[in-house]
Amino acid sequence: MELTFIGWGYVGVGLGAGLAVVGAGLGIGKLVAAALEGSARQPEMAGKLQTTMIIGAALIEGLGLLALITSLLTGLTLNGIAKSATDRSGSTAMQSTGH
Amino acid sequence: MDIDHILAHHLLDRRIAYLFNIGPIPIYLTDHVVMMLIASFLLIAFTLYALKSKSGLGMKSASVFEMAIVYIRDEIVRPNLGVRGDKYLPYFLTLFFFILLCNLMGLVPYGKTATSNIAVTGAMALATFILINISGISEQGLGHYLKSFIHEGLPWPLVPIMFLLEVLGLFTKAFALCIRLFANMIAGHIAILVLICLIFLFQNLWIAPASIIAAVAVSLLEVFICFLHAYVFTLLTALFVGMAVNPQH
Repeated sequence: MELTFIGWGYVGVGLGAGLAVVGAGLGIGKLVAAALEGSARQPEMAGKLQTTMIIGAALIEGLGLLALITSLLTGLTLNGIAKSATDRSGSTAMQSTGH
Repeated sequence: MDIDHILAHHLLDRRIAYLFNIGPIPIYLTDHVVMMLIASFLLIAFTLYALKSKSGLGMKSASVFEMAIVYIRDEIVRPNLGVRGDKYLPYFLTLFFFILLCNLMGLVPYGKTATSNIAVTGAMALATFILINISGISEQGLGHYLKSFIHEGLPWPLVPIMFLLEVLGLFTKAFALCIRLFANMIAGHIAILVLICLIFLFQNLWIAPASIIAAVAVSLLEVFICFLHAYVFTLLTALFVGMAVNPQH
Protein backbone atom coordinates (compact mmCIF):
# COMPACT_ATOMS: atom_id res chain seq x y z
CA MET A 1 0.00 0.00 0.00
CA GLU A 2 2.75 2.43 0.81
CA LEU A 3 4.48 1.47 -2.41
CA THR A 4 1.49 2.99 -4.22
CA PHE A 5 2.07 6.27 -2.39
CA ILE A 6 5.75 6.18 -3.26
CA GLY A 7 4.83 5.54 -6.89
CA TRP A 8 2.61 8.62 -6.98
CA GLY A 9 5.49 10.55 -5.46
CA TYR A 10 7.64 9.65 -8.45
CA VAL A 11 4.86 10.79 -10.80
CA GLY A 12 4.92 14.13 -9.01
CA VAL A 13 8.68 14.39 -9.41
CA GLY A 14 8.48 13.81 -13.15
CA LEU A 15 5.56 16.19 -13.66
CA GLY A 16 7.26 18.91 -11.62
CA ALA A 17 10.48 18.70 -13.62
CA GLY A 18 8.61 18.78 -16.93
CA LEU A 19 6.45 21.76 -15.98
CA ALA A 20 9.50 23.67 -14.77
CA VAL A 21 11.19 23.23 -18.15
CA VAL A 22 7.98 24.33 -19.93
CA GLY A 23 7.87 27.52 -17.89
CA ALA A 24 11.53 28.34 -18.42
CA GLY A 25 11.32 27.59 -22.14
CA LEU A 26 8.31 29.84 -22.66
CA GLY A 27 9.86 32.68 -20.70
CA ILE A 28 13.19 32.58 -22.48
CA GLY A 29 11.46 32.20 -25.84
CA LYS A 30 9.48 35.38 -25.32
CA LEU A 31 12.59 37.20 -24.17
CA VAL A 32 14.72 36.19 -27.15
CA ALA A 33 11.86 37.04 -29.54
CA ALA A 34 11.65 40.55 -28.10
CA ALA A 35 15.43 41.02 -28.30
CA LEU A 36 15.50 39.83 -31.92
CA GLU A 37 12.66 42.12 -32.93
CA GLY A 38 14.31 45.06 -31.22
CA SER A 39 17.64 44.47 -32.92
CA ALA A 40 15.90 44.00 -36.27
CA ARG A 41 14.22 47.39 -35.94
CA GLN A 42 17.37 49.19 -34.74
CA PRO A 43 20.54 47.34 -35.73
CA GLU A 44 22.77 49.82 -33.91
CA MET A 45 21.34 48.74 -30.53
CA ALA A 46 22.07 45.08 -31.18
CA GLY A 47 25.03 44.91 -28.77
CA LYS A 48 23.18 46.31 -25.76
CA LEU A 49 20.13 44.21 -26.51
CA GLN A 50 22.21 41.07 -26.69
CA THR A 51 23.82 41.78 -23.31
CA THR A 52 20.45 42.41 -21.68
CA MET A 53 19.06 39.26 -23.27
CA ILE A 54 21.85 37.12 -21.83
CA ILE A 55 21.32 38.53 -18.35
CA GLY A 56 17.56 37.95 -18.54
CA ALA A 57 18.05 34.40 -19.79
CA ALA A 58 20.39 33.62 -16.87
CA LEU A 59 17.84 34.92 -14.35
CA ILE A 60 14.93 32.95 -15.83
CA GLU A 61 17.04 29.83 -16.11
CA GLY A 62 17.97 30.20 -12.43
CA LEU A 63 14.33 29.83 -11.49
CA GLY A 64 13.87 26.83 -13.75
CA LEU A 65 16.90 25.12 -12.28
CA LEU A 66 15.61 25.83 -8.78
CA ALA A 67 12.55 23.72 -9.54
CA LEU A 68 14.72 21.01 -11.11
CA ILE A 69 16.90 20.80 -8.03
CA THR A 70 13.78 20.51 -5.87
CA SER A 71 12.48 17.57 -7.92
CA LEU A 72 15.92 15.96 -7.91
CA LEU A 73 16.07 16.12 -4.12
CA THR A 74 12.52 14.77 -3.87
CA GLY A 75 13.46 11.88 -6.14
CA LEU A 76 16.52 11.00 -4.10
CA THR A 77 14.53 11.16 -0.84
CA LEU A 78 11.88 8.91 -2.37
CA ASN A 79 14.66 6.48 -3.32
CA GLY A 80 15.69 6.31 0.33
CA ILE A 81 12.11 5.89 1.54
CA ALA A 82 11.40 3.19 -1.04
CA LYS A 83 14.56 1.31 -0.12
CA SER A 84 13.74 1.40 3.59
CA ALA A 85 10.11 0.45 2.95
CA THR A 86 11.03 -2.62 0.89
CA ASP A 87 13.78 -3.63 3.32
CA ARG A 88 11.49 -3.34 6.31
CA SER A 89 8.59 -5.29 4.93
CA GLY A 90 10.85 -7.94 3.41
CA SER A 91 9.81 -9.27 0.05
CA THR A 92 6.13 -9.69 0.99
CA ALA A 93 5.24 -6.18 -0.19
CA MET A 94 6.61 -6.86 -3.65
CA GLN A 95 4.84 -10.22 -3.82
CA SER A 96 1.49 -8.81 -2.76
CA THR A 97 1.42 -6.38 -5.71
CA GLY A 98 1.46 -9.34 -8.01
CA HIS A 99 4.96 -9.10 -9.47
CA MET B 1 25.02 0.46 -9.64
CA ASP B 2 22.97 3.11 -7.88
CA ILE B 3 22.71 6.52 -9.48
CA ASP B 4 22.51 8.25 -6.13
CA HIS B 5 25.65 6.46 -4.93
CA ILE B 6 27.54 7.67 -7.98
CA LEU B 7 26.21 11.21 -7.55
CA ALA B 8 27.11 11.18 -3.86
CA HIS B 9 30.60 9.95 -4.67
CA HIS B 10 31.37 12.63 -7.24
CA LEU B 11 29.40 15.64 -6.10
CA LEU B 12 29.47 15.76 -2.31
CA ASP B 13 32.66 16.65 -0.53
CA ARG B 14 34.49 14.30 1.77
CA ARG B 15 36.50 15.18 4.84
CA ILE B 16 40.26 14.84 4.51
CA ALA B 17 41.61 15.96 7.87
CA TYR B 18 40.51 17.51 11.11
CA LEU B 19 41.87 20.99 11.65
CA PHE B 20 40.66 22.68 14.81
CA ASN B 21 37.61 23.54 16.88
CA ILE B 22 35.77 26.83 16.93
CA GLY B 23 33.94 26.50 20.23
CA PRO B 24 31.81 23.35 19.89
CA ILE B 25 32.07 23.22 16.06
CA PRO B 26 34.84 21.12 14.48
CA ILE B 27 36.41 22.47 11.28
CA TYR B 28 37.51 19.87 8.76
CA LEU B 29 39.63 20.10 5.63
CA THR B 30 37.39 18.89 2.80
CA ASP B 31 37.73 18.67 -0.99
CA HIS B 32 35.93 21.92 -1.62
CA VAL B 33 38.05 23.76 0.94
CA VAL B 34 41.19 22.56 -0.84
CA MET B 35 39.75 23.78 -4.15
CA MET B 36 38.94 27.19 -2.68
CA LEU B 37 42.44 27.48 -1.21
CA ILE B 38 43.99 26.62 -4.58
CA ALA B 39 41.76 29.21 -6.30
CA SER B 40 42.73 31.92 -3.80
CA PHE B 41 46.41 31.06 -4.07
CA LEU B 42 46.29 31.12 -7.88
CA LEU B 43 44.50 34.45 -7.86
CA ILE B 44 46.96 36.09 -5.44
CA ALA B 45 49.98 34.64 -7.27
CA PHE B 46 48.73 35.70 -10.69
CA THR B 47 47.83 39.19 -9.53
CA LEU B 48 51.23 39.73 -7.94
CA TYR B 49 52.98 38.35 -11.03
CA ALA B 50 51.00 40.58 -13.39
CA LEU B 51 51.54 43.59 -11.13
CA LYS B 52 55.25 43.37 -10.47
CA SER B 53 56.74 41.71 -13.52
CA LYS B 54 58.69 43.73 -16.07
CA SER B 55 59.21 40.97 -18.61
CA GLY B 56 57.24 40.75 -21.87
CA LEU B 57 54.97 37.93 -20.78
CA GLY B 58 54.20 39.63 -17.49
CA MET B 59 53.24 42.93 -19.11
CA LYS B 60 51.01 41.18 -21.65
CA SER B 61 49.17 39.15 -19.04
CA ALA B 62 48.82 42.31 -16.97
CA SER B 63 47.12 44.06 -19.88
CA VAL B 64 44.72 41.12 -20.40
CA PHE B 65 43.91 41.19 -16.69
CA GLU B 66 43.42 44.93 -16.94
CA MET B 67 40.88 44.48 -19.75
CA ALA B 68 38.69 42.43 -17.44
CA ILE B 69 39.14 44.85 -14.53
CA VAL B 70 38.29 47.92 -16.65
CA TYR B 71 35.24 46.10 -18.06
CA ILE B 72 33.96 45.38 -14.57
CA ARG B 73 34.60 48.93 -13.46
CA ASP B 74 33.01 50.64 -16.46
CA GLU B 75 30.11 48.33 -17.26
CA ILE B 76 29.13 46.83 -13.92
CA VAL B 77 30.13 49.11 -11.04
CA ARG B 78 29.99 52.63 -12.45
CA PRO B 79 26.55 52.51 -14.14
CA ASN B 80 24.96 51.22 -10.95
CA LEU B 81 26.90 52.91 -8.17
CA GLY B 82 28.28 56.07 -9.74
CA VAL B 83 31.88 57.19 -9.58
CA ARG B 84 31.88 57.08 -5.77
CA GLY B 85 31.27 53.33 -6.06
CA ASP B 86 34.99 52.92 -6.72
CA LYS B 87 35.59 52.25 -3.05
CA TYR B 88 33.54 49.04 -3.37
CA LEU B 89 35.51 47.97 -6.43
CA PRO B 90 37.91 45.56 -4.60
CA TYR B 91 34.94 43.54 -3.34
CA PHE B 92 33.41 43.20 -6.79
CA LEU B 93 36.68 42.27 -8.45
CA THR B 94 37.43 39.63 -5.82
CA LEU B 95 33.91 38.26 -6.12
CA PHE B 96 34.07 38.00 -9.90
CA PHE B 97 37.49 36.36 -10.18
CA PHE B 98 36.96 34.04 -7.24
CA ILE B 99 33.64 32.73 -8.58
CA LEU B 100 35.13 32.40 -12.07
CA LEU B 101 38.14 30.41 -10.88
CA CYS B 102 36.08 28.18 -8.59
CA ASN B 103 33.63 27.43 -11.40
CA LEU B 104 36.34 26.69 -13.96
CA MET B 105 38.31 24.42 -11.65
CA GLY B 106 35.42 21.97 -11.60
CA LEU B 107 35.96 21.26 -15.28
CA VAL B 108 39.55 20.01 -15.14
CA PRO B 109 40.08 16.30 -14.33
CA TYR B 110 40.24 15.51 -10.60
CA GLY B 111 38.88 18.95 -9.82
CA LYS B 112 35.76 19.65 -7.80
CA THR B 113 33.55 22.70 -8.09
CA ALA B 114 33.63 24.62 -4.85
CA THR B 115 30.60 26.70 -5.84
CA SER B 116 28.51 23.56 -6.23
CA ASN B 117 28.35 23.43 -2.44
CA ILE B 118 25.41 25.36 -1.05
CA ALA B 119 27.46 26.40 1.96
CA VAL B 120 29.95 28.23 -0.28
CA THR B 121 27.33 30.08 -2.33
CA GLY B 122 25.32 30.73 0.83
CA ALA B 123 28.37 32.35 2.44
CA MET B 124 28.90 34.55 -0.63
CA ALA B 125 25.22 35.56 -0.64
CA LEU B 126 25.50 36.34 3.08
CA ALA B 127 28.51 38.56 2.39
CA THR B 128 26.49 40.35 -0.31
CA PHE B 129 23.57 40.78 2.10
CA ILE B 130 25.85 42.31 4.73
CA LEU B 131 27.42 44.58 2.09
CA ILE B 132 24.02 45.82 0.89
CA ASN B 133 22.91 46.77 4.37
CA ILE B 134 26.21 48.24 5.52
CA SER B 135 26.64 50.31 2.36
CA GLY B 136 23.05 51.54 2.53
CA ILE B 137 23.35 52.53 6.17
CA SER B 138 26.77 54.15 5.81
CA GLU B 139 25.87 56.13 2.70
CA GLN B 140 22.43 57.30 3.74
CA GLY B 141 22.21 57.07 7.50
CA LEU B 142 20.00 54.59 9.30
CA GLY B 143 16.75 56.62 9.33
CA HIS B 144 16.97 57.62 5.68
CA TYR B 145 17.82 54.05 4.67
CA LEU B 146 14.78 52.66 6.44
CA LYS B 147 12.65 55.39 4.92
CA SER B 148 13.79 54.40 1.43
CA PHE B 149 11.79 51.17 1.79
CA ILE B 150 8.60 53.20 1.55
CA HIS B 151 8.15 54.50 -1.96
CA GLU B 152 6.73 57.92 -2.68
CA GLY B 153 3.06 58.53 -3.22
CA LEU B 154 1.89 55.48 -1.32
CA PRO B 155 -1.47 55.72 0.54
CA TRP B 156 -0.82 55.29 4.24
CA PRO B 157 -2.80 52.03 4.84
CA LEU B 158 -0.42 50.22 2.47
CA VAL B 159 2.74 51.40 4.19
CA PRO B 160 3.15 48.52 6.71
CA ILE B 161 2.60 45.87 4.03
CA MET B 162 5.04 47.63 1.67
CA PHE B 163 7.67 47.83 4.39
CA LEU B 164 7.28 44.14 5.18
CA LEU B 165 7.50 43.23 1.50
CA GLU B 166 10.64 45.29 1.04
CA VAL B 167 12.32 43.66 4.05
CA LEU B 168 11.31 40.25 2.71
CA GLY B 169 12.68 41.31 -0.65
CA LEU B 170 16.13 41.82 0.90
CA PHE B 171 16.26 38.22 2.03
CA THR B 172 14.76 36.94 -1.22
CA LYS B 173 17.39 38.72 -3.31
CA ALA B 174 20.28 37.20 -1.39
CA PHE B 175 18.64 33.75 -1.35
CA ALA B 176 17.99 33.87 -5.09
CA LEU B 177 21.64 34.79 -5.74
CA CYS B 178 22.77 31.81 -3.67
CA ILE B 179 20.39 29.32 -5.25
CA ARG B 180 20.99 30.48 -8.83
CA LEU B 181 24.74 29.91 -8.72
CA PHE B 182 24.48 26.64 -6.77
CA ALA B 183 21.75 25.15 -8.99
CA ASN B 184 23.51 26.01 -12.24
CA MET B 185 26.81 24.51 -11.16
CA ILE B 186 25.25 21.34 -9.73
CA ALA B 187 22.95 20.82 -12.72
CA GLY B 188 25.82 20.95 -15.21
CA HIS B 189 27.82 18.33 -13.33
CA ILE B 190 24.80 16.09 -12.81
CA ALA B 191 24.04 16.24 -16.55
CA ILE B 192 27.59 15.21 -17.46
CA LEU B 193 27.60 12.38 -14.88
CA VAL B 194 24.23 11.04 -16.00
CA LEU B 195 25.30 11.03 -19.65
CA ILE B 196 28.38 8.97 -18.82
CA CYS B 197 26.36 6.67 -16.55
CA LEU B 198 24.10 5.83 -19.50
CA ILE B 199 26.89 3.62 -20.80
CA PHE B 200 26.83 1.58 -17.60
CA LEU B 201 23.06 1.59 -17.45
CA PHE B 202 22.65 0.13 -20.91
CA GLN B 203 25.54 -2.33 -20.35
CA ASN B 204 26.38 -1.88 -24.02
CA LEU B 205 29.44 -0.35 -25.65
CA TRP B 206 27.65 0.95 -28.75
CA ILE B 207 26.10 3.82 -26.86
CA ALA B 208 29.56 5.11 -25.93
CA PRO B 209 30.16 7.39 -28.99
CA ALA B 210 26.83 9.17 -28.67
CA SER B 211 27.18 9.47 -24.90
CA ILE B 212 30.74 10.81 -25.02
CA ILE B 213 29.92 13.34 -27.73
CA ALA B 214 26.91 14.56 -25.76
CA ALA B 215 29.05 14.82 -22.61
CA VAL B 216 31.67 16.88 -24.48
CA ALA B 217 28.97 19.21 -25.85
CA VAL B 218 27.50 19.70 -22.38
CA SER B 219 30.99 20.40 -21.01
CA LEU B 220 31.52 23.13 -23.61
CA LEU B 221 28.18 24.65 -22.61
CA GLU B 222 29.40 24.42 -19.00
CA VAL B 223 32.42 26.63 -19.79
CA PHE B 224 30.09 29.32 -21.13
CA ILE B 225 27.80 28.93 -18.10
CA CYS B 226 30.76 29.35 -15.72
CA PHE B 227 31.70 32.73 -17.23
CA LEU B 228 28.08 33.81 -17.48
CA HIS B 229 27.20 33.11 -13.86
CA ALA B 230 30.30 34.79 -12.50
CA TYR B 231 29.24 37.86 -14.51
CA VAL B 232 25.57 37.62 -13.44
CA PHE B 233 26.40 37.26 -9.73
CA THR B 234 28.65 40.32 -9.84
CA LEU B 235 26.14 42.33 -11.89
CA LEU B 236 23.24 41.56 -9.58
CA THR B 237 25.31 42.39 -6.50
CA ALA B 238 26.20 45.74 -8.07
CA LEU B 239 22.55 46.35 -8.92
CA PHE B 240 21.36 45.63 -5.38
CA VAL B 241 24.10 47.70 -3.75
CA GLY B 242 23.26 50.52 -6.17
CA MET B 243 19.59 50.31 -5.22
CA ALA B 244 20.52 50.48 -1.54
CA VAL B 245 22.99 53.34 -1.93
CA ASN B 246 20.84 55.70 -4.01
CA PRO B 247 17.24 54.57 -4.33
CA GLN B 248 15.44 55.68 -7.45
CA HIS B 249 12.64 58.07 -6.69
